[in-house]
Parts: sequence; structure tokens; C-alpha cells
Amino acid sequence: MKLSPSTIIGVAALLLLPVAVRFLFPDAEKYYLHLLIQILIWSFIYTGWSLMGRFGLTSLGHGAFTGIGAYVMVLLWNYAGITPWIGIPVAVVVAVIVALLVGYPCFHLRIVGHYFALLTLALTEFVRLVIVGLRDYTGGSLGTQPRRYADGISLYAIQFEPDRVLAYYIALALWAAGLYIWWRVDRSMDRYALDAASQDEDAAESVGINVTREKLKITAISAAMCAVGGAIYAQYQMFIVPDTIAGLSVSLNIVFAVIAGGMWVMLGPTVGAVFTQMLSEVLRVSIQGSTTMQAWFGQGALALDTMIYGLLLILFIIYMPKGILGTILEWRGKKSAPPPAPARKAEVIASRS
Amino acid sequence: MDCQLDIFFLEAILNGLLLAGLLALLALGLNLIFGVIDVVWICYAELVMVGMYSINYAYKGGAPFLAAALIGVLLIALAGMVMHYLVIRPVLDSAPINQLLVTGGMLFVLQAGATMVFGIEFRNIGIRLGSYQLFDMSFAYSRIVTFAVAISAMVLLWQFLQRTYIGIAIRAIAQDRAIMPLMGVDQRRVYLVTSAIGGGLAGLAAALMVLQFDIYPQIGLQFGPLIFMICVLGGLGNMIGGFIAAFIISEFIAIGGSCFATEWGYAVAFLFFMVMIFIRPQGLFGGKS
Repeated sequence: MKLSPSTIIGVAALLLLPVAVRFLFPDAEKYYLHLLIQILIWSFIYTGWSLMGRFGLTSLGHGAFTGIGAYVMVLLWNYAGITPWIGIPVAVVVAVIVALLVGYPCFHLRIVGHYFALLTLALTEFVRLVIVGLRDYTGGSLGTQPRRYADGISLYAIQFEPDRVLAYYIALALWAAGLYIWWRVDRSMDRYALDAASQDEDAAESVGINVTREKLKITAISAAMCAVGGAIYAQYQMFIVPDTIAGLSVSLNIVFAVIAGGMWVMLGPTVGAVFTQMLSEVLRVSIQGSTTMQAWFGQGALALDTMIYGLLLILFIIYMPKGILGTILEWRGKKSAPPPAPARKAEVIASRS
Repeated sequence: MDCQLDIFFLEAILNGLLLAGLLALLALGLNLIFGVIDVVWICYAELVMVGMYSINYAYKGGAPFLAAALIGVLLIALAGMVMHYLVIRPVLDSAPINQLLVTGGMLFVLQAGATMVFGIEFRNIGIRLGSYQLFDMSFAYSRIVTFAVAISAMVLLWQFLQRTYIGIAIRAIAQDRAIMPLMGVDQRRVYLVTSAIGGGLAGLAAALMVLQFDIYPQIGLQFGPLIFMICVLGGLGNMIGGFIAAFIISEFIAIGGSCFATEWGYAVAFLFFMVMIFIRPQGLFGGKS
């Protein structure tokens, strides 16, 4: 990887961010670090989703994998005392097995589009219901907590929640690993094979691409990333509820954030995470500060951010399907390097007809 | 497992049958839209929820129940048309998944909108129809009425699609999207009418559901995923198949709910759905495509 000066500055800025936060917001350091950590962990999960999503495999099932990641690890720790160093790999293996069990028939039978989305939706709901159904162990819909080890900071138990700066660097490392995976996939032959398959499966098969195997490979990577993301999220929050880590709303949130940020560019999911987290945070703070909003809508005022989420999701899909970052990059690309003359001509003709 | 083959088991099975009528009606509207416009309204159950609230308020505002129900049907039919016009039409030509996701956005909007306007409390319309006693079993009249109305609505829709010009046009579009505009059928009008009928069916389902269930903003999440499953399992455009699928799914829920906990009934239903898609991708009763 060749590092450009802007990349080096960016990495340095991210590494020094906790210092900046301490100087700028000495009173609310924990709060701002919390926002950053949330953004980084979710960015990692979103990046994992878009590895599949960018090839037309729009899954509504990734809420299942984050849920499996979080719950398998927590249950192994709470009931068997198995350290997350083993628990997380086990959770990843479980998630990958589930992904392959559902993925293989899907890809083999060429279930795509609506059917793929609805099938993966059923998977998400199934996993959430199993979590709720096992309420004797998982606490049902009220959620559960990983058992705290010693003072809550432990390498053995991978617990780091009280130390926000440490948590920040862990989340940062996780996020960077996600980008690295994306970068590796982007440069692999698999990426070209999957691009071809998403355009035309028959043509891809006919030039010797094993479409099913390529799709399974990317699905396994994607599910594994979401499982790790879910587990780290559980370790950071130290509290998990099915509604926030498994289930349909998680899946839809993932999809929305990625679409908002842009799923075809490396940093798109990250931009999506920044955008959605900031949006809901700004709305939450301004609603809590506004007496008129509270007077008008009472408790319901807190739903305003979901409402704006939904409206933006619709607007993004209709007017900006490439997402924020994708659209910005496209503009910049147009400015700095105008397309060759013949292509422009064709554009003009197309727009006239 | 505390489940025996006694009279209560029979009661659970029969109540499952009554639930199947409602679920089949819910799936019917979605099925029609899916078959004709080739769009899945992920927010279908949320439209039903809005319908339930409007019927509730119309009734509490003094309208007789039947008038309130009519208001609900018309309102949701209108909502369906408006949604098609504003949200679905701009993305009709883009990737199928975009159409699914815009209605996912509508799901957020409707649910959050309901939370803001109506609050998070559970509401009940407060109509008690009593129940019918047969041996030791009891069946709520509201469920029996629901079942009867749902079946009648299905028969009526069937007649409409068979007999009227617009009904035939709707079926024709469902069979071949590309050729019908060339034969002089106004596709956009057919889509609008279909959206209105789909919305109207959601409104009708809402009118039946207020008699049975408490209303709250998240009620859609309880039914939405079930309806998608029934829709796909039954096979597109296949109403009989839709009803049988609804019956199977609701039996899973009713029996699972009476023998184990409710979630396990639902979980098994979802598992069954996934397995069935793999075994019969064209739907339980669809022909070979």
C-alpha cells in the first residue's frame, strides 16, 4: 500500500484524536469519546456489510450475525467461563456456518433481489426469536450483561469499557482492520469475479467463474466481520438487548447507514456511520433541550430522529443512490478529470433524446 | 412441554385457522402489489397500523364502527396511492432492491410518525363482541367475524380480477409487464389502482384487527415479517396458495404458542419458511417457472 501524504496526516489525526478531545472538551471527554467509539465500531460492521452489498447481495440478515457474535461470546463467558479470546472465534465460526447454510442454497438456486432480501429478513427474525426464546440464558428481550471481570479492565476477559481512551484505540484498530479487509478484497481477483457475477451471472459462469463459490467466500467474510463487530460492541456496552444488536431494525439500520454513506467506496460505510450517529445524536440533544418539542409530542418526540432517518433513506435512494461520499467523489472526479470528448458527445445526445 | 392431545389442543388448532383468515387477508394485498408492480411494500404492516389508529380515533370521535371502518379503508387506499406516486414511482426503473429499501424508509417514517402523533401507549377500541362456547372451547366472535370477512374479501377481489376490465388489465400486467403498454393498457393507471386496492385491503385488515388487538406503533413489526413469508410461500398471484400458506404459518404459531412459548412458534415458522424456499423456490403451490 502506497501511503499518500493525506493518508499519513489522516492516520496521525485519528491517533491523536483522544488528546484533542481532552484539550477541547475537558468536561465532556467521556461523552465525545463514546461517540467516536460508537462510530468506529459501527463503521466496522457497516464495512463488513458493504463487502456483500456492493455486489448486489443486499442482505437484510446481518442483524443475525451481529446478534450471534454478541450472544455466543457473552453466553460462553457468563455460563462456561470461556474467555472471549476463544469465545469470539467460536462466535465467528457459528456466524459463518449459519451464513454458509443459508448462503449455499441461495446462491446455488440463484435466489436474488426481493427473494434474497426476504429470505435474509427471515433469518434475522429467526435469530432474534431464538435469542428471546432462550430467555433463561439470554435474559429474553430485556437483555443481559457480560459478567464483569475484576475491575472491568482485563486482557484475559477483553474488557475495557471503563477506560474510554483504551476503548477508542481498540475500536480504531478494529475499524482499520475492516478497511484493510476491504482493500484486500478490492484488489483481489474475487472482486472482479463478483463484479462480473453481479452484472450477469450466466456470462460470468461461462467465462469460468464459480459464482456460487465466490459469493459464499464474500458472504463468509462479511458475516465474520459482523460477528466480531457485534462481540466488540457487547464488550464495550457491557449490556446487550436483542433490539439493538439483533433483529430487523439492526439490519435496516446497517443498510440505511451504508446507503447514506455510499457502498461502493472504501470509506463510504464510515461516512455513513459518522452521518447517522451524528444525526441521531444532534437530534436527541436538540429535542431534549427543546421544551416546545416536548410539549407537542411528549415522549414521542424521541421518535423524531427515526422519522428523519426514514425520510432521508427515501430521499437518498431516489436522488443520491451513490451515497454522500460516492457523490462527492464523483463530483470531484468530474472536475479534475473531464471525460474524453466522445463520451461527452454521447451524453449530450442521450440527454437530448 | 406441557402439551397434550386434548380439547385445548383442538381449540388452539381452530384458533389458528381463524388467525389464518386474517393473515391471508393481510398477505393478499401485499401479494397483489408484489405480483403486479413487482415491489414489496416492507411497510405494509405499518400501513395497517396507521389504519388501526385512524379507525380507533374515528370510532372514539363518534362515528359508528362501520363508518369508521370505511374511513379507515378509504384513507389507507389513498395512502397507498400517494405512497406509490411519491415514493415508488421514482425508483420503478432502478435496481429491485432500491424499491424494497424505499418502502423500508417508509416503515421508519410511519412507525416514528405514529409514535410522535399517537404516543407509545397501548390503545384499545373497547368493543367487546363476546365469545362462542363449544364444549369446553371458546372462540372470540371478533375472530370468527374476521375470518368470515377475510374470506369474503378474497372472493370479492377474485371476482373483481376475473370480471372487470381493470381487473383483467391488472392480471395482464402481472403476466407480462413489457407487452401490455403496447396493447393500449395505461400501465401507470393500473399501478395506481393496484396500489389503491392493496391499501384498501390493508385498511380492511386494520378494521378487523382493531377488534382483536391493542394498537401500538410497533404492532407492524409483529405481523410484517409473517406476511412476507406467507406471500412468498403461497406463490405470487396465487390466492388459494396464499391462504394455505397462511394456514400453515398460523398453525405453527398457534400450536407453538400453546405448547411452548410464542417465540418458538414464530421461530419454527421462520425456519420452515427458509427451508421451504430452498426446496420449492417457486412457492409451495406455484407451477414450474
